[in-house]
Parts: sequence; C-alpha cells; structure tokens
Amino acid sequence: MNFLQHHLQARDLQPSTDQGVSRRLFLKSVTAGSGLVLGCGALSGLMLSASAAEAATAGNELVFNAFLKITPDNRVTVVVKHLDMGQGVSTGLTTLVAEELDANWEQMDWESAPADASRYNNLFWGPAQGTGGSTAIANSWEQMRKAGAAARAMLVTAAAQQWEVPEKEIKVKDGIISHGKKTATFGELAGKAAALPVPQSPALKDPKDFRLIGKNIPRKDSQEKTNGTAIYTQDIQLPGMLTAVVLYPPKLLGKLKKVDASKAKAVPGVVDVVEIPRGVAVVAEGFWPAQKARQLLQAEWDLSACETRSSDELFTQFTDTARKPGTSVKAEGDAAAALAQADKVIETEYHLPYLAHTPIEPLNCVVKVDKTACELWYACQMQTNDQHEVAKATGLKPEQVRIHTLYAGGSFGRRASPNDYVMDAVAIARQVPGRPVKMVWTREDDIHNGKFRPMAVHRVRGALSPEGKLVAWDHHAVAQPILRGSPFEAFIQGPIDGTLIEGIADMPYAIPNLSVQATEMKAGISTLWWRSVGHSGHAFIVEGFIDQMAKAAGKDPLVFRREMLTDHPRFLGALNLAAQQAGWDKPLPKGRGRGIAVHKAMGSWCAQVAEVTVADDGRFTVDRVVCAIDCGIAVNPDVIRAQMEGSIGFGLSAALAEEITLDKGKVVQSNFHNYTLMRIPQMPKVEVHIVPSAEPPSGVGEPGVPPVAGALANALFAATGKPVTRLPIGERV
Amino acid sequence: MISLKINGKQQSLDLAPDTPLLWALRDELKLTGTKFGCGIAQCGACTVHFNGTAVRSCSIPLSAASGADVRTIEGLQSPTAKVVQEAWRKLDVVQCGYCQSGQIMSAVALLENNPKPNDDQIDSAMQGNLCRCATYQRIRTAIHEAADELGRKA
Repeated sequence: MNFLQHHLQARDLQPSTDQGVSRRLFLKSVTAGSGLVLGCGALSGLMLSASAAEAATAGNELVFNAFLKITPDNRVTVVVKHLDMGQGVSTGLTTLVAEELDANWEQMDWESAPADASRYNNLFWGPAQGTGGSTAIANSWEQMRKAGAAARAMLVTAAAQQWEVPEKEIKVKDGIISHGKKTATFGELAGKAAALPVPQSPALKDPKDFRLIGKNIPRKDSQEKTNGTAIYTQDIQLPGMLTAVVLYPPKLLGKLKKVDASKAKAVPGVVDVVEIPRGVAVVAEGFWPAQKARQLLQAEWDLSACETRSSDELFTQFTDTARKPGTSVKAEGDAAAALAQADKVIETEYHLPYLAHTPIEPLNCVVKVDKTACELWYACQMQTNDQHEVAKATGLKPEQVRIHTLYAGGSFGRRASPNDYVMDAVAIARQVPGRPVKMVWTREDDIHNGKFRPMAVHRVRGALSPEGKLVAWDHHAVAQPILRGSPFEAFIQGPIDGTLIEGIADMPYAIPNLSVQATEMKAGISTLWWRSVGHSGHAFIVEGFIDQMAKAAGKDPLVFRREMLTDHPRFLGALNLAAQQAGWDKPLPKGRGRGIAVHKAMGSWCAQVAEVTVADDGRFTVDRVVCAIDCGIAVNPDVIRAQMEGSIGFGLSAALAEEITLDKGKVVQSNFHNYTLMRIPQMPKVEVHIVPSAEPPSGVGEPGVPPVAGALANALFAATGKPVTRLPIGERV
Repeated sequence: MISLKINGKQQSLDLAPDTPLLWALRDELKLTGTKFGCGIAQCGACTVHFNGTAVRSCSIPLSAASGADVRTIEGLQSPTAKVVQEAWRKLDVVQCGYCQSGQIMSAVALLENNPKPNDDQIDSAMQGNLCRCATYQRIRTAIHEAADELGRKA
C-alpha cells in the first residue's frame, strides 16, 4: 500500500514537526529517577529519551521516537504504532522487542503510540502513520527488534560498568542480567543504562536463538477482553461528555434542504440539534435520548445527485460492458488469436456483490475541540491522514490534533476511511466547543453509510490446446474503482485502478497468451477496501475458472495447477502443503466435494482446501477447510492460525450470504436481520498449517480471505458438476 | 424510578421507562463491558443474564426489568464463569474482542444449565452471538475445555 506515500506526496504533506522542537537523530536525554525510553528512527539511528513518550525534558531539545520504556519497577512498555483491530499487533510488536531485549514476557506491557508520523510512520507507507495492507509486522520487523537490541546492549554495558567485568561475560536471559552470582533486573539498571551512548547498529539475534519469535506466546489483550474492562471508543467516559447521533440522508450524497428539529429538541436529555455537512446531529446526555430525538427530526433532502439505479440494472450494465473490449492492462502473446484457433473454449461471467464490513463495534469517535486543540479518542487506522484532515477542518495545526488510538472492535478495512465518520464527529464537536462529544453510529448508520467492496462483473474466456494445456486466458474486469476519486487516486499507476485487477493481471500461472482488460464503472455508491481489497473476489474468479479449465482438460485440479506453477516455489509450497494435509487423493463419497485454491495477497501465499456435503435438494454444508499459509517467519504461530481461522470465517460468510443491494439507488439492507453474517453453526472445522520459512515476515491479517470462496466454489463444482459463478451462493446450489 | 438488582446490588434508575436495559447499564451505570452492536437482538454483543437467563439487553426496556436480577460481564463471579473466562484466555479466543463479553455471557449461561454440551448444543446456544472476526472454532473449543475443567472440579 505504497499509495499512501504517493498520496502524501501528492498533497504535499510532510511529517509534522512540533513547535520549538528541532528534530535530530541520535539524541538522548536522561532525567533522574525515570527509566529508559528508547526507539529506533524510522530511517536511521536510535533515539533515547527519559520520560514518557509525549514529555519534553526541561533544558533539552528532544525528539521522542520512543518504542520502548523501562521503568524502575522493572516493567517494559512497548509503544505500539499500529492499531490493534483484533489481528494481535499489540502482542506481535511487543514480542519483537522482548525477543531482542531478552525480556521476560510477563514484564512486558504495551501502549498505543500518539499520532506522529515522524516517529511512528508505517515504514512501507513512507511518511504516513497507519495500519493496513497487512503490513504491521512486516514493516516493523527490523525496527522493533533494533529497539529491543539497542536497549539490551545498553543494559549490558551498564551492568559491566557497575560490576567491573567485561561486557562479553554478561548474560541476559528472561529479564535477568547476570555475571556469575551477580544479578540485576532491567529496572535496577535502567537509569544507569539510559545515561550511556546509544549503540548505532545493535546486533540482532540469529533466528536460531529466538526464544519468543516462533513460539505461541499468549496474547497481551486476552485478560481485558474477557472480563469487560478493555476500553473501546464506545466505552470512553469523559467529564461533561455528550452523545451524538446523526440523521443522514436516505441516500448517499443527499443534501439537507431543511429540517424541523422542534420535536426532537423537546425530548428530555437533548442538548442541541446541529447541522453538519452530511446531515443533522442530535446531541444529548446519553445515547437513548439522542436516538429517540433523531426519530423525531423532520428533514427534507435534495436527492437529485444521488444514485437512482437498482442492483439488477447495475449488473445488466456491468455485464453489457464486460462483453465488450475494455482497457488493456496486460497483453502477453495473442490471446484473441489463440482463442480463435482453439478446439476447446470456455466462457464464464462472474458476479460479485457489494459487501459491507460491519465490524461489530459500529463506527464511533469521541472528539473534544477548543481554540487551541482537538483531541480525539477512537480506533484510528490512518493517524496521519486523519490528523491533517481534522487540522484542515478545525483550522488548527496538525500537531494540535491529538489522537488517542484505542482498540478497534473490528475494522476489516472500514476504519481506514478518509473524509468519513471522523469528520462528522469533528463537525459536531466544533458546535459544542469545550465539551467532549461521542458520536455513535447505529448498525443502520453503519450499513446505510457503508463504503462497500465494489460489485463487479468479470467475463473470462479460456482456451485449451489439444493436449489439455491452458493456452489462452482473456479476462475483462468491470467494477467501480476504489482509489479513483479518493484521496489515494495519485497511487493509480497506468490507466486502470489496480484494485480492479490485482491477483488477475499478476496471476502466477504459466499461460502463453494472457489478455487482461478492465473498465472502471461509475455509481453513486462509495467503495472502500474490504479485507484483502480486490483479491477478496478475484481469487474466487481466477481459481474457479482454473477448475473449469482443469475439468475441460480432464485433469485433476491440483495437478493442473502444479503444471503451471513450476516457476513459483512458494505458490507450490502452500498448495502442496494444503493438499497433503487435506488428504487430497483420498476419495470422497457421493454428495461430497473437495476444492482447492491458492492465491497470493499482501506478500503471503495461501492455499486452502474446502470440503462440502451437498444434499439432493441442493442445500449444502461446509464441513472442513484446510489452510496452508506461507507468511515468511511465523512470529506467533497461534496468532497466525487465529487470523487464518478468522479469515476463512470472514470469507465464507461473504461467499455464503452477504450482499448489499440497491433499490432505486437506496441501500436495501439495514441491520443483521437482512445483512446476514455467518453464525457459529456454519463455521467449519478449520485446520491451519504454516509453511516453514526463513524469509522476513509478510502479511497475515488478509491473505487468508481470498482463497476460501474459490476453494468452496471448487468443492461445490466437484460435488455437483455445476460451476459457481455468482456470489453470494445462498443456501443451495 | 425503576428498581432492579444489578450484579448483586440494588439500583434505582430514574430514566425513561423505554430506555433499553443496555443503555441504562452503559450510560447510567457505566458498566461498559456490555456492548452495543445492533440494537435489535441480532448480534448478541449486549448479552447479560436476566434472572439467570442469557438475554439481549438492547431489546429489554427498563419498564420490563423492574425487580429483575441482572448480571453483566463485570459481575461474573460463579465458579462456572471463572472457568469459562480461563478457558477463553488459555485458548486465546479473542481477536478484536468486542463481541466476547456477550459470547462469554452466553457460554456461562449454557454451562450453568448444561454442564456437558455437545457441538450441536453449543451451536444452538451460541448462534445468537455474532463474531465478525469468526472466532467460532475457538469458542466451541473453549466451551468444551471449560466443561471438561468443570467436570474435573465436580
């Protein structure tokens, strides 16, 4: 997701600099009585300061680029620059530091970093802080280990000086520094260590010496997430805080003409009714009065600029477009000629629906604005973007916008959304200056104002040689773009938004004649990345079509794939492991089917085998999914397994039943009774296997999603002989 | 004024009688462990024990809760509850965690009524609780784990 870099350059946004504070590398300071705070510079060098991350030490010019604090009570706190939305990054980044520090896992704590791109930028995103694209561990892999290694080296030097022994004779293990019978804790030596020069290039461990990386270290958030004490945005309580709900237009992009708020204002507990650019907000003492009052608002809207088509019309228009040539994005060989000459040609049109993210915590944001600052509490996924947008809206400087990043009750891409709900919350809070306002979306708001995974129609044609080789593939992807028209438009390379064709134009299969075309469609519906972005639907199409071609060629789908992947060892590694663990060659009884799919997304390779049982009436169950993931070095295998289990559930949920539809431009679905998510009875048995690897870690949060719809479709195809070409599948095939 | 018992403590609430129990708990009593997810008893994030039964607090108006005995995640104390929470931690069930208060409330209610549920009984008791992170497999395993542990303790 380097698009952020492009985006920021395009908008001429640079990392913020605090007023009166010069930023220089290799800077340190020590305050008596405090512990050690240490971090690694984004680009080079190490920085050290003495107090909490936000504090400035009197008389010193400090740059706080701190990732690590050690306090005299022997606690080690890792400052986590990424949003934890369930993927476990708070545990993961803490593990990386603890590993190189040789700390005891029990002494490790973590806290969220403030918004400051100069210290906490995502190294894969250039000068922007944020979480997405399954980059959190991958971009932090060396940075966080260096932070731990540098602190360890300083603690060792401090011990050597105190005990007057050579550094090389000192051991650090499990949070204890020792030499012979002398021992000290990190806390005991932190003050002395902090006064030392910071090592510029601390040595990192040989992976064979890892004690925590590669082990199933328990999550740091399990305790508070199982006793109700974990604080999400929804749970923030501040003195004088008000709650706001917003009446939005019945269709996206509608504009308020006028509103009569007299009845709403009469509801006990209502403080005010205020207009904001996107709607009308009721501000009240608590949610319930606000919600009741919202229902009494009488608003008139101008819907003339809104979408008017229904889903059927859109699908028809998309399909008509798909049947004509599109803009070429990849042309290898001559697919048209090969198709014209081939004995056997298969053609299929695939339909993908709009999908909503629906994190169980609906979107929300707590904001307090006054003349000199704007403070926000929420599950912030794009700190730098939000900081600058809020600054622009409030007339403040970016550094006057303080963001407290909290746990997200799920995101799946939804919270990485520019110019959206956060700006609504700010617009409300500006009209209630000095009082914190918690804007709460209901589930209806969440779905109604959704930014959806784009619907799409793809037309695919393939040709086989007489020997049963796949010799041509002609593909036309028709969908709404995600980047175009968004602040990230500058990221688009070439004529087509890459989200339409990712995982297609770069498919790994050795096909001599490949033509990929795309057409960007326009609709008055907002689109956004939905866990694994374009890949989410494309693996279903590519892998489904591969199975159709395999069947036409009379070949086993696994063998057919292997023959075209000989140059792709990591695809093969994942594919073979999944097949082997699933018992691919074991026959299944009639009415059951097994399907395989493999896909690369976010730098990782994932293969899955699904098993289904199909009844005579077409009803089916998904019985088992076997998953193999190659994500480089497995920092925490249990967290990786959890992400695969969750991704498979997430992908299956969509493949089975999720769909946003439009009725004359209006979103039909409103809540979980008609936007139906997978429930526990539908969850298959999931088995996850990790491909052993010495490569650097790559993405985990998303790569498990794309293959599952393909594996499921292929299992149903195997069981019934009928290809699945449309999602959601529904209850029957 | 509506009186009811919450986590063993008698409370009198001066709120509109149509206020859902969920919002009385969250906004008035600051018991924020019980979550808001849908408002129409579809997701289960707001599950509490109401006279010993797992219910969706978003859909119970305070007027219907007068005199009730309500327990929330903050008030879980029974041996069964402790074992369930421990099983959740041992298996690292949580991901985003937002639905897990409700999951645990449903699981505790299940095990208090059926100490040795099979998979179908678990699915039946837990199907009102959505988990968008799809931690369902671990929820099932954790309930079995807790049942086994309770069996050992019995």
